[in-house]
Amino acid sequence: MDCYTANWNPLGDSAFYRKYELYSMDWDLKEELRDCLVAAAPYGGPIALLRNPWRKEKAASVRPVLDIYSASGMPLASLLWKSGPVVSLGWSAEEELLCVQEDGAVLVYGLHGDFRRHFSMGNEVLQNRVLDARIFHTEFGSGVAILTGAHRFTLSANVGDLKLRRMPEVPGLQSAPSCWTALCQDRVAHILLAVGPDLYLLDHAACSAVTPPGLAPGVSSFLQMAVSFTYRHLALFTDTGYIWMGTASLKEKLCEFNCNIRAPPKQMVWCSRPRSKERAVVVAWERRLMVVGDASESIQYKQLTIQVLLDRLVLRRLYPLAIQICEYLRLPEVQGVSRILAHWACYKVQQKDVSDEDVARAINQKLGDTPGVSYSDIAARAYGCGRTELAIKLLEYEPRSGEQVPLLLKMKRSKLALSKAIESGDTDLVFTVLLHLKNELNRGDFFMTLRNQPMALSLYRQFCKHQELETLKDLYNQDDNHQELGSFHIRASYAAEERIEGRVAALQTAADAFYKAKNEFAAKATEDQMRLLRLQRRLEDELGGQFLDLSLHDTVTTLILGGHNKRAEQLARDFRIPDKRLWWLKLTALADLEDWEELEKFSKSKKSPIGYLPFVEICMKQHNKYEAKKYASRVGPEQKVKALLLVGDVAQAADVAIEHRNEAELSLVLSHCTGATDGATADKIQRARAQAQKK
Amino acid sequence: MACWAAFLLSVGLVNADKLAGRTRKYKVIFSPQKFYACEMVLEEEGIYGDVSCDEWAFSLLPLDVDLLSMELPEFFRDYFLEGDQRWINTVAQALHLLSTLYGPFPNCYGIGRCAKMAYELWRNLEEEEDGETKGRRPEIGHIFLLDRDVDFVTALCSQVVYEGLVDDTFRIKCGSVDFGPEVTSSDKSLKVLLNAEDKVFNEIRNEHFSNVFGFLSQKARNLQAQYDRRRGMDIKQMKNFVSQELKGLKQEHRLLSLHIGACESIMKKKTKQDFQELIKTEHALLEGFNIRESTSYIEEHIDRQVSPIESLRLMCLLSITENGLIPKDYRSLKTQYLQSYGPEHLLTFSNLRRAGLLTEQAPGDTLTAMESKVSKLVTDKAAGKITDAFSSLAKRSNFRAISKKLNLIPRVDGEYDLKVPRDMAYVFSGAYVPLSCRIIEQVLERRSWQGLDEVVRLLNCSDFAFTDMTKEDKASSESLRLILVVFLGGCTFSEISALRFLGREKGYRFIFLTTAVTNSARLMEAMSEVKA
Repeated sequence: MDCYTANWNPLGDSAFYRKYELYSMDWDLKEELRDCLVAAAPYGGPIALLRNPWRKEKAASVRPVLDIYSASGMPLASLLWKSGPVVSLGWSAEEELLCVQEDGAVLVYGLHGDFRRHFSMGNEVLQNRVLDARIFHTEFGSGVAILTGAHRFTLSANVGDLKLRRMPEVPGLQSAPSCWTALCQDRVAHILLAVGPDLYLLDHAACSAVTPPGLAPGVSSFLQMAVSFTYRHLALFTDTGYIWMGTASLKEKLCEFNCNIRAPPKQMVWCSRPRSKERAVVVAWERRLMVVGDASESIQYKQLTIQVLLDRLVLRRLYPLAIQICEYLRLPEVQGVSRILAHWACYKVQQKDVSDEDVARAINQKLGDTPGVSYSDIAARAYGCGRTELAIKLLEYEPRSGEQVPLLLKMKRSKLALSKAIESGDTDLVFTVLLHLKNELNRGDFFMTLRNQPMALSLYRQFCKHQELETLKDLYNQDDNHQELGSFHIRASYAAEERIEGRVAALQTAADAFYKAKNEFAAKATEDQMRLLRLQRRLEDELGGQFLDLSLHDTVTTLILGGHNKRAEQLARDFRIPDKRLWWLKLTALADLEDWEELEKFSKSKKSPIGYLPFVEICMKQHNKYEAKKYASRVGPEQKVKALLLVGDVAQAADVAIEHRNEAELSLVLSHCTGATDGATADKIQRARAQAQKK
Repeated sequence: MACWAAFLLSVGLVNADKLAGRTRKYKVIFSPQKFYACEMVLEEEGIYGDVSCDEWAFSLLPLDVDLLSMELPEFFRDYFLEGDQRWINTVAQALHLLSTLYGPFPNCYGIGRCAKMAYELWRNLEEEEDGETKGRRPEIGHIFLLDRDVDFVTALCSQVVYEGLVDDTFRIKCGSVDFGPEVTSSDKSLKVLLNAEDKVFNEIRNEHFSNVFGFLSQKARNLQAQYDRRRGMDIKQMKNFVSQELKGLKQEHRLLSLHIGACESIMKKKTKQDFQELIKTEHALLEGFNIRESTSYIEEHIDRQVSPIESLRLMCLLSITENGLIPKDYRSLKTQYLQSYGPEHLLTFSNLRRAGLLTEQAPGDTLTAMESKVSKLVTDKAAGKITDAFSSLAKRSNFRAISKKLNLIPRVDGEYDLKVPRDMAYVFSGAYVPLSCRIIEQVLERRSWQGLDEVVRLLNCSDFAFTDMTKEDKASSESLRLILVVFLGGCTFSEISALRFLGREKGYRFIFLTTAVTNSARLMEAMSEVKA
């Protein structure tokens, strides 16, 4: 039994503690830690050390070294610091190292010392320099808070989506606060600072004085403050050696403790085990460590999710281990193995000493066609590293041709992008590439490219038809497509031109194009149209009324209806209107006018090329049986029966049909025998039929 | 590109507002999908910031229990005239949606260039998202994709089954029709939904028009008899009658009088001599006799300015059935047409030629006879090459040869009883079996294109006829009777009626997916150029 409790020491009345070494650090430090800026990442992440030569005035000539170690002190990276003086270091939640320089520039490095990017904390910071800086973590990401030489605060709550916020002035602040920290409450970042005996809370709108409840009297200055990792709790250390612990909202006190040490502590931090109800603050001086605790309320720690764990492994390039874990946990491929492999591939493409061929092959061998792996993403990474050829090779493995297009465009391989887009069958994508090409190439090359891609060409033509008519014309011109050019100018003559001269000119261009296309029919038709237009114009001038844009047929009809028979005949001759059409036309027009006299004259002018049945029909249409009968007698034998039936002469129709001995005609007449007086006629037909059958 | 026009119109609207100094909020909703080109136009016009865009990824509209429409009438012109492939992806996505809902399709067939592209795009989509349909029991046993240009003839014919005739006469839009005062016999128009829910319509929709009137009057007599029953009723029976039957009878009465009104209106227009002769001419064209007479008929039709769309339709029907017009007719009919209906139709003719709807027999076409002889008599490779060379000259419709091969013109022995149809030809009064439907029938019978090589070649589809069967033991016999027919470029109600008939005969159930319901007038209008 002894051995279990031997190394436990009492802490207060009811608690015990023990000390034992978890592991020893592997590192071999060249510098004293006290001379270094140190930053350890949360969740046992890496540790960054930067020897800080800028504190001492002298050694500006010696460049400091930035070392990154794992939590157990394994060296991960070491690089010579070539940039400006650094005030503060810190790790983001994504395990990126943020180095805040004196001039307000923040340099971002990866776990392996690879430079990622940099950003500035703004002009005010640049002018007044950085006095102090903190990197803090919120549920949205990691933030940076800056105290400038002018004793003003500037902060960004999420460096991934940089928005700088300059905090309001603290009234009467002439020197740096004795201590300060960033707080995060209700999803908003605040600054809590101590000036002499006063505490101030800064949000982006106002500066307000605050007082912790139950604070012991006699405090003339706060020497240290510490916020818990979750921002729920706050600890304050005063110049009287007094520690106040409470909620960060400053609404509740948890406990207090007087340690009687008045020296300012070097460090004060909250510590606590996951799910434990015990919260404690550890205060460190040069040679003393003190734990102040209280046990009443539970604290839930957000645990690392498996995804974050895998991300951490990937960041440390422990790909095989990560894959084993995925397999062991039977994670779905897309979330697990595929993702790890894709990360591995992205790392692989950065190996500059391996040839494009080998990298591409190695990646394809490992990845094959694992579902969820996007070769285009890997290719994009390769392109990002300046390896365009490798990117193209990798894209070849991408089965979805549509996915290849955006990167190809970015790499200015637009023609290749075009064929890939066409392959994908996604016309929208094709169109996107086309517009790229259009801006990238000169007109001639662009058209040549289109020429070899009929699908893209027809798509572009469709676009031009509605948006860029002139370009459409150029396209046809380049292809010597005279037929379409002709159609183009005809369309223009209707759509664009108002004046008759302009329309005729457009039609002339069209006719010329049709001749070039060896389409004589269209050329002649167009010339006829020009003639007709000019003539219609003249008719409007001389006779008044509306003629423009009528068809030839309607022009002549309008003339007849207006009583201009001579002009009509002249027009018919000029435009070689065939006889049949002219007869139909005149017949209809005269009947519309109910000019029966003129109609009769016309019918006798010569033998009708359309027969006389149409005369009967049209008279009946106008309900003029009297006139209809005149023409019925002139109808030829084949249509006689029809004509007689039309005028209602069933009896005579029967006679003709019997005479013709035509069965079809007989039944036609019979079907018309509906009236009361037709009984005799019907009998007559039946008798004729019977007789015909006897013979 | 109706969508383009509408879109550009809205752009104009925004610009006009801007000029007038009005500021409003605009929202453009693209359906079925937003195109990059549209955003680009907004950007170029400098109004990208003023307009918010949304996408309504709507692709299938169920018009009836067996009819899904994508409502993309512009598909026909965009693809078959302009060569614009933008809608093919939309079709592929619609198929993808159906397969996620109803499981994989174990048997796939198709004919036509567009059918093949849509099919391949769809397969890509399935592969990208595999696992979703895998392992699911297929509910639809067969899918058949067919391009409209494989069979223009059927779509160009006058429709004589009731639903088709209603479409030709009144135009059915999105499954509903506006019956005007002449039908409703009141002073108001009435919008009527036409689908299987309408019990009266459902009984006559697939009937040849000559039966419909008789059927309706019989129905009216029955209805009257049911009303009359109430005469001898006592109070209790009367109460029952009023509460249970009267509402149904009244509803039926309302529908019946509507359809009788529609019939009368159709009869007024269609039973005239003109219509009889029109049908006679169409049949002559389909059968290929009295070509000269038919040509004169068409010429007279044009001369008399009967109807620009009808004249055009007849010209196209003549061209396709005859493998193009002889040069003399081609010129003279076009000249006459321009004189009658206006010179702007020069562009219409250029469109029709490009789409293969109205063409001129090439001078070499007199070789047609020789060519077919060569291919019949000599089967060595050299001859095969000759025919290849011929067919690459111009896409010929080869309708006559196809018609003979597939027996599209039924032999007439005695009267064709339209009341008791014996084959799909009843939808065209027994004169012609729709080519599209015959192809589907033949392929389903064979479960492949085997033995149809010659037909496929004549259809110029040697590279675009495909079969894809997956060994699928999971397909139940019930699902194997269910067939999804996809028409790319539109289908007509006559085709739907014919396949419904085939389904009843062979124990299949057809479901139709079409880019839009079409008819001859819609096809012709899509090709026509009208002055802006």
